[in-house]
Amino acid sequence: MSNPQMVMYEEEFQEINIVIERLLQEANAKVIFLVDKNGQLISGVGDTERFDTTSLASLTAGNIAATGGLAKLIGEKEFSILFHEGEKDNLHISIVGGRVILVVLFDSRSSLGLVRLRVKKSSDELSSIFDKLLKKAEDKEKRGTSDFPFAEITDDDIDNLFS
Amino acid sequence: MSFINYASREINCKIVYYGPGLCGKTTNLQYVYQKTAPDAKGKMISLATETERTLFFDFLPLALGEIRGFKTRFHLYTVPGQVFYDASRKLILKGVDGVVFVADSQEERIDANIESLDNLRFNLKEQGYDLDKLPYVVQYNKRDLPSAMPIEEMRRDLNPTNVVEYEACATTGEGVFETLKAIAKLILIDLKKGK
Ligand SMILES: Nc1nc2c(ncn2[C@@H]2O[C@H](COP(=O)(O)OP(=O)(O)OP(=O)(O)O)[C@@H](O)[C@H]2O)c(=O)[nH]1
Ligand SMILES: [Mg+2]
Repeated sequence: MSNPQMVMYEEEFQEINIVIERLLQEANAKVIFLVDKNGQLISGVGDTERFDTTSLASLTAGNIAATGGLAKLIGEKEFSILFHEGEKDNLHISIVGGRVILVVLFDSRSSLGLVRLRVKKSSDELSSIFDKLLKKAEDKEKRGTSDFPFAEITDDDIDNLFS
Repeated sequence: MSFINYASREINCKIVYYGPGLCGKTTNLQYVYQKTAPDAKGKMISLATETERTLFFDFLPLALGEIRGFKTRFHLYTVPGQVFYDASRKLILKGVDGVVFVADSQEERIDANIESLDNLRFNLKEQGYDLDKLPYVVQYNKRDLPSAMPIEEMRRDLNPTNVVEYEACATTGEGVFETLKAIAKLILIDLKKGK
């Protein structure tokens, strides 16, 4: 199947949040988001209330997809880091473990150098959590023990969504 | 690729509206946006040219409600229909869970429809998807126009495999929600089969 299910479990979700919370402190950032390459928000920490996180996730993924397309055109595999500099706020966007997008928003209380340094360290940790997550999902599927909530849904359940 | 988050008890699915330039993909999303309660929708994002042609994509997040305690969200995307935006179309198709093909019923657009459908098949295949195995719905749009072709003729060219199809007029909204419900349902049934 070319369409593997992306899943997130409670345990890994918490581990991920610990890593990005710490990154938030160490990089002196305002907000940090993790987004999957298809534009779905995985998690966010910091001043997330101020942002339309769903839109942010979709546009970030579009941005990464577009620059990825550009990279291929010039013979690069991908651009693994993007940096957007604003008047007050800046965005540091990077790809973690080839799969997930890490977005760090910071202002003049931090610096590109600091953010880059801290992101590097956190990326390795995040990467291994996502590896673990993938393995876990595969194992569950192989053993047929996936606690998939939709196996039992009825037509009525689906119809009710639209009533 | 749907995303099931057991931690936040959410499930996210991606629907892509495909079809030739000016067939009414963006109008479909605009109608859905207008008619959806504020608490069930996010902001609609349109990356468009100054003449309102889609440049990269339109995006509309919808929260439909809960199934078995899981919040069910659908992310609606449109592709840019103009032929020369093919690179962007490929990007939008990544991770798709279901496709709506919007056809333009006007007689003079039949070639553009066929070309766009071929392009959809080709671009999906390039990424390892098979249109015949994907949740997929066809919409014959612009039924209100005098030059609209007979449905039987359109079906012969654009829906040889007899998937679910709807007649629509996206500007008035006719057929718009029927199409959306149908594709959402097919996606959920697909999920239920378990992957
Ligand atoms: N008469 C009529 N006009 C329609 C209908 N649906 C869309 N239109 C009009 O067709 C034009 C193009 O519609 P869009 O929704 O922008 O088309 P699109 O498919 O998004 O086009 P691209 O972004 O270039 O791919 C607009 O002027 C719409 O108002 C319909 O059902 N009937
Ligand atoms: Mg459009």
